[in-house]
Amino acid sequence: MDTRPDPGHVLSADRADRPGRFGPYGGRYVPEALIAALDELDREYTAAKQDPAFTSELDHLLTTYTGRPTPVTEAARFGAEAAGGARVLLKREDLNHTGSHKINNVLGQALLTKRIGKPRVIAETGAGQHGVATATAAALMGLECVIYMGEEDTRRQALNVARMRLLGATVVPVTTGSRTLKDAINEALRDWVTNVATTNYVFGTVAGPHPFPTLVRDLQRIIGVEARQQVLDLTGRLPDAVAACVGGGSNAIGIFHAFVDDPDVALYGFEAGGDGVATGRHAATITAGSPGVLHGARSYLLQDDMGQTIESHSISAGLDYPGVGPEHAWLKDTGRATYEPVDDADAMEAFRLLCRTEGIIPAIESSHALAGARRLGERLGPDATILVNLSGRGDKDVDTAAKWFGLMDESGEVAP
Amino acid sequence: MSTTVAFEKARAEGRAALVGYLPAGYPSVDGSITAIRAMVEAGVDAVEIGLPYSDPLIDGPVIQSAVDAALKAGTTTTDVLRVVEAVAATGAPAVVMSYWNPLDRYGAAAFARDLAAAGGSGVITPDLTPDADDSWIPAAREHGLDTVFLVAPSSTDERIAMTTSACRGFVYATSVMGVTGTRAQVGDAAAGLVARTKATTDLPVAVGLGVSNGAQAAEIAAFADGVVAGSAFVRRLLEATDLAAGVASVAELAADLAGGVRAR
Ligand SMILES: Cc1ncc(COP(=O)(O)O)c(C=O)c1O
Repeated sequence: MDTRPDPGHVLSADRADRPGRFGPYGGRYVPEALIAALDELDREYTAAKQDPAFTSELDHLLTTYTGRPTPVTEAARFGAEAAGGARVLLKREDLNHTGSHKINNVLGQALLTKRIGKPRVIAETGAGQHGVATATAAALMGLECVIYMGEEDTRRQALNVARMRLLGATVVPVTTGSRTLKDAINEALRDWVTNVATTNYVFGTVAGPHPFPTLVRDLQRIIGVEARQQVLDLTGRLPDAVAACVGGGSNAIGIFHAFVDDPDVALYGFEAGGDGVATGRHAATITAGSPGVLHGARSYLLQDDMGQTIESHSISAGLDYPGVGPEHAWLKDTGRATYEPVDDADAMEAFRLLCRTEGIIPAIESSHALAGARRLGERLGPDATILVNLSGRGDKDVDTAAKWFGLMDESGEVAP
Repeated sequence: MSTTVAFEKARAEGRAALVGYLPAGYPSVDGSITAIRAMVEAGVDAVEIGLPYSDPLIDGPVIQSAVDAALKAGTTTTDVLRVVEAVAATGAPAVVMSYWNPLDRYGAAAFARDLAAAGGSGVITPDLTPDADDSWIPAAREHGLDTVFLVAPSSTDERIAMTTSACRGFVYATSVMGVTGTRAQVGDAAAGLVARTKATTDLPVAVGLGVSNGAQAAEIAAFADGVVAGSAFVRRLLEATDLAAGVASVAELAADLAGGVRAR
């Protein structure tokens, strides 16, 4: 059993010796014009997490609106048939309102926006899940909402564009650069520099300038706090390994954090290997990248010899990002967590297997973690227990998957 | 010539200095050298040479499209240093404007060394505040390079003081909250920001973001030590049918702006 003292509210999780720094990573590499807004956000967040009115409002929303706690599901057939006989447990973030873990972060940041008194929120989105979550929270709290989304992603995730619009958000397709998440973040930052007096930037992952990596991590930490106790209750012990997919890294840090001080629990982050790391068409930032600065923080990134960002590639829009959160860079360098790539084909095979063995259609992002769990199961054997963060559901991916598996042709006609 | 001398010279003439920006490598490396030289001949006192970067998050669409093209054409940091060398040879101070990651990748110390060797005067760092990183300022000091940091309308007085104490050469005041691009009006915030900045330093204060014609330059020259124009020059190159026309158009704008800073 867990004998550690109760750490208090889950938001009180700071372990960085310098605020916003994780070893050499993190920090704040932004135009001076944004410093005041980042300071304000940091100040308000620091005050809010100690304010019972704020934390109880957040807890109330997480319970009555999002549906927390999310369950842990034993994936017995998947474990037996697809993961070397290992015991696979799924943390069901797919069951959250709006279909992914993104809502955990967004509700907290939307409450903060109201506390600061700004009427407008902006956000970037890749898969559309963070955009949908932000549009949802904005509708709930009466905030104006503008979502930046790479044009390429608006095509891949058309359903989520429609969802955001139904929720009253304005979706701006971004046509610069690679037309994916990286460029959506650039555009959102440009909007923020221009409209910072009225606007809060609801950042979607644990990357970006301080305080975002800390703020978003604290808001996602609930995943691991719940899951750790749920696994203990279910199995009587801690898992041998925890697996999560890593785009910017928010669902991964969310489930990892409660286990960081459990030395016997191995932490695995699975990055998008795209067509294969060797092809150069991938989003395996930690595996194949190098330290540098992108979007306001020092971390690993995909860059060339000149420090120009290299475009990433993945079948999964939510993982298609050439950067990663700075705390992951530090967990990698310290050896506390291990990061491996999973290519498109392996992720889609895991997607198919979870559908068929458990009756759960996972997000393609989360399917990278499932593919990783299969690998870990083969390595660790049938005595192992593997906790997988099922970060989202696959409704948004049905189109992509149907095409991948030949159930639908490119024009959307159902195969005979 | 150093930027300090260029600002002093303008001050001695009872006017603000004119600073012109163009990115290296657009429309080609040699083309950018030709355009910048023309800018200097037409009356620009100091030059900002943009180092093209893939994620220019404080730049608007005009500069974005030029640096995108420069990168697609394969412009490298070494090319940028070549442009610096060619511009410095004209006698005008050449300051590099660069986002942090390309300099970090090159190595702060190595870049400072090579920039100084090329005759460059300093670096403007739009996404690097003095407190963001420990590596740049010592490297720049060692090679006698100007460290030009930005102040913004949203900066507190404490941050302005911290920033100007780390600046050498001049201070860059961004007149409006927003990205680069020409604007119909210079922000109301500019004069107040310049006054707050000058209260903390004797360095010249240059105002940029949005200046596109001589009248605006004259307006800013009334309260600032320098006027920076960027997107307006880049637009001249983007809209030209060929390099010669672009260069002529850049020179025409430089002359208009040079008249503006002398209008008092
Ligand atoms: C379901 C799901 N999982 C994971 C991610 C990746 O983000 P992160 O690495 O921040 O968890 C996304 C992003 O859109 C997502 O929608």
